[in-house]
Amino acid sequence: MSISSSGDTLHLEADVLIIGGGLAGTWAAAAARQAGASVILADKGYCGTSGVTATAGPGHWWVPPDPPELRENAIRNRQKSGFGINDPEWMARVLAKTWESLPTLHGFYDFSKDETGATRYRELRGPEYMRALRKIVDSLGVTVLDHCPALELLQRPDGSVSGARGIRRQKGGAWQVNAGAVVLATGGTSFLSRLLGSHTNTGDGYLMAAEAGAELSGMEFTNYYTVALAGTNMTRSMSYAFATYYDEDGNRLPIPPGPDIIRPLAAAMLKGKVFCDLSRTPEDIRAKVPIISPNFMLPFRRWDIDPYRDKFEVTMHGEGTVRGIGGLRIVSEDCGTSVPGLYAAGDAATRELVAGAISGGGNVNSAWAVSSGQWAGEGATRFAVRQRGRDSGRPIGQAGLRPVSQHAVDLRATLSVVQNEMLSYDKNIFRAGEKLKRSGEVLDDIWKIFRAHALGNGADVLRTRETAAMLATARWSAASALARDESRGMHQRDDRPQTDARLEHRILVGGLDKVWTSGDRSRPLELAS
Amino acid sequence: MIELILEERCAACNKCVEICPTNVLAIAPDRIPRIARQEECETCFMCELYCPHDAIYVGPDCEKPQPVDKGAILVSGLLGEFRRNHGWDEWANDPHYTNEHWQMENVFLRARDLVKAGQ
Repeated sequence: MSISSSGDTLHLEADVLIIGGGLAGTWAAAAARQAGASVILADKGYCGTSGVTATAGPGHWWVPPDPPELRENAIRNRQKSGFGINDPEWMARVLAKTWESLPTLHGFYDFSKDETGATRYRELRGPEYMRALRKIVDSLGVTVLDHCPALELLQRPDGSVSGARGIRRQKGGAWQVNAGAVVLATGGTSFLSRLLGSHTNTGDGYLMAAEAGAELSGMEFTNYYTVALAGTNMTRSMSYAFATYYDEDGNRLPIPPGPDIIRPLAAAMLKGKVFCDLSRTPEDIRAKVPIISPNFMLPFRRWDIDPYRDKFEVTMHGEGTVRGIGGLRIVSEDCGTSVPGLYAAGDAATRELVAGAISGGGNVNSAWAVSSGQWAGEGATRFAVRQRGRDSGRPIGQAGLRPVSQHAVDLRATLSVVQNEMLSYDKNIFRAGEKLKRSGEVLDDIWKIFRAHALGNGADVLRTRETAAMLATARWSAASALARDESRGMHQRDDRPQTDARLEHRILVGGLDKVWTSGDRSRPLELAS
Repeated sequence: MIELILEERCAACNKCVEICPTNVLAIAPDRIPRIARQEECETCFMCELYCPHDAIYVGPDCEKPQPVDKGAILVSGLLGEFRRNHGWDEWANDPHYTNEHWQMENVFLRARDLVKAGQ
């Protein structure tokens, strides 16, 4: 790695640049470093607290290798529940990789033992997990740039990606990293829905990759929601397994137990306020909640609500592509995107390969982050070795950075349109062709204005690019949901209630000024085994 | 949103400025850190967890500021509760605060069993 500086820009070089320091990004950085690369990791916030893992508690998809039937059954069940668009070979790879990876955290994460004395590798508490991963990347000699959001990628004349540039929001000025290859681990986006921990996840990686020519996949699967105490972002779901829901008059709502609560709860919330209590929670579990999920009780304690006794109002926050599934299309087993030198990991990538058409939840998504992160880090290292020289490419950011002509564009108003189209229960949960078509038109109209005129200046540049990213992501999501002219998994179309066998394939989407969709006929994805 | 940094407790180590994922805080020379951009706070409580002096109070409202009475917060017992339940720093070896996150899966199974039993 070499360092130089010109004007107010910090210039750095490395074999591999990782953008995003959450679960996938830290695993990617560690793997690239262990494969011999020099590595720079740039995080928008602080690597260790940024992203949705740090506030949560992932319980990775975790199945022992012996006897082999265990994994065979797990994969078969997931194929069934994934409605035919996931891939058994990728599922097997993820199960194997996760199983071998988590024990390597010994010495950094203080694993718990259960009552039998067995070490519990599977369920890791978010803040401790991310603190451990930060210690690991520091100890391996990864250069971490905290509070250094990336704004745009650099691209060589041959089309390959050669680094990125961004701003140093605490130290001032800009940064540019010239690299052999780049891993995007920028997370998904909840469209700033107030989902816990997702404020930094604004889809930046999707936009930056699309500007380099990358495709996305599965962007119709963006309609998972999670319950929280109204007015808060506390979307920790465990305790709601014991919830009883009520309407405004105190009548018990017939919400079925289990995972399929989103549609009935949304229907009730469209009619009026919905309340909840957790009175069915057994006493021994109540006593343990603060040391299982220490953040869950914070809002209740601070507002003096006893959730086990009192009825409290609840809301649902949209998960977008966080517990949704879509993201950058993966075209190779080392998590390469369709652009050379550009790799994607974690929620920045599509998780359809493993999750299928339903939410990956905490289990599949975290196992995917651990695995895809390492594959992407290793893949980027191999690409960087082949790429001689660190000649700088050209910066390729468009919307919000290089307008045709600059006019003031209202960022708050733009975001509020995006949120209305992508988060409202009526449009996003109870989907129908006409509504989706209209959403696409509304979003296209504001994209045209935004693309032509928005220019982020000074401290505004980050929020301008974030808004552009969420707007672009919303357009891909609406177009994909319209193209999936059926109901499948989490994507339910009120006007197309049946699953259509002809659509048992993934849907690709891309394009900036003009959004396109197409069926992915290449499945199963070829794996060179 | 973050509401208070308590001067009586803060040692101006500026750890919170470093670890805040949304860059809400700013270093103030010879002073305690400043809540410079409260509207950017995502109510993740990470600053409370990383503050070894229990000098920060985050309100539950994630949409708008909700000012609180400093004196009441100081005697509320809420300061430091999150860090203690996490078993961080000086609480690491206290058996009351052992990390039992691994029970999460069992809790979900118990809920499923209750439903099966018709309760």
